[in-house]
Amino acid sequence: MMNRPVYLDLFRLRLPLPGWVSILHRLSGALLFVALPLAVWLLAASLSGPSGFAAVAGLLRHPAAKLVGLLFAWSFAQHFFAGLRHLMMDAHHGVTLAAARRSSAVVLGASALATLVFAAWVFA
Amino acid sequence: MRLPVGARAGTGSWLVQRASAIVLAILIPLLAGRVLAAMPAEFAAWQALWAPPWVRVAVLLCGVAWAMHAWIGMRDILMDYVPAIALRLVLYLAVGVTLAASVAWLDVVVWRLP
Repeated sequence: MMNRPVYLDLFRLRLPLPGWVSILHRLSGALLFVALPLAVWLLAASLSGPSGFAAVAGLLRHPAAKLVGLLFAWSFAQHFFAGLRHLMMDAHHGVTLAAARRSSAVVLGASALATLVFAAWVFA
Repeated sequence: MRLPVGARAGTGSWLVQRASAIVLAILIPLLAGRVLAAMPAEFAAWQALWAPPWVRVAVLLCGVAWAMHAWIGMRDILMDYVPAIALRLVLYLAVGVTLAASVAWLDVVVWRLP
């Protein structure tokens, strides 16, 4: 009889593609939790007056801010596409193993592409 | 009395998570697209972008849906990774206060718009 709970060595597990989408959904979701107060702060400061607007515009031009923005853009894209996949599967579409693997690849590819487009636009 | 445990205990959260997800999946691209399309370089134009009543309603709706969605998600994450009950309750409180304060602040921002 096996002793439970079993603690697996996470570094020796080879996570299948749907597993990556699953854990990245958590990671991006946690980042988007942090993004809410940040977004409200930026909106509040930018709408506080002309000087606040200029300060936010200046801050967002900083390369470090652009990198943080890129992280949040990836988080949103990843969470958005993986969320659509969730909704699709809730409606019993694409729930076979092969289809789930394919849609995982599509989600990872779409969020990577969206992040690249955002990066090209921000750093251009 | 509502049963605190059982096979159906999570159905409410599941449904709220889907409903808020649909609201967010529509409103965030809509609001972000509006900002990106206009990209005003001056304060007056920036302020005018957020002024229409439907935009204010959409912003607040988005904030509330974001907070509800984040609450359920963060609660699930903390449930899985923080077994120490005292620490987990403190973290629940921190997450809840952060989300509630964010929505209240957003409310103030939208309310103050001319």
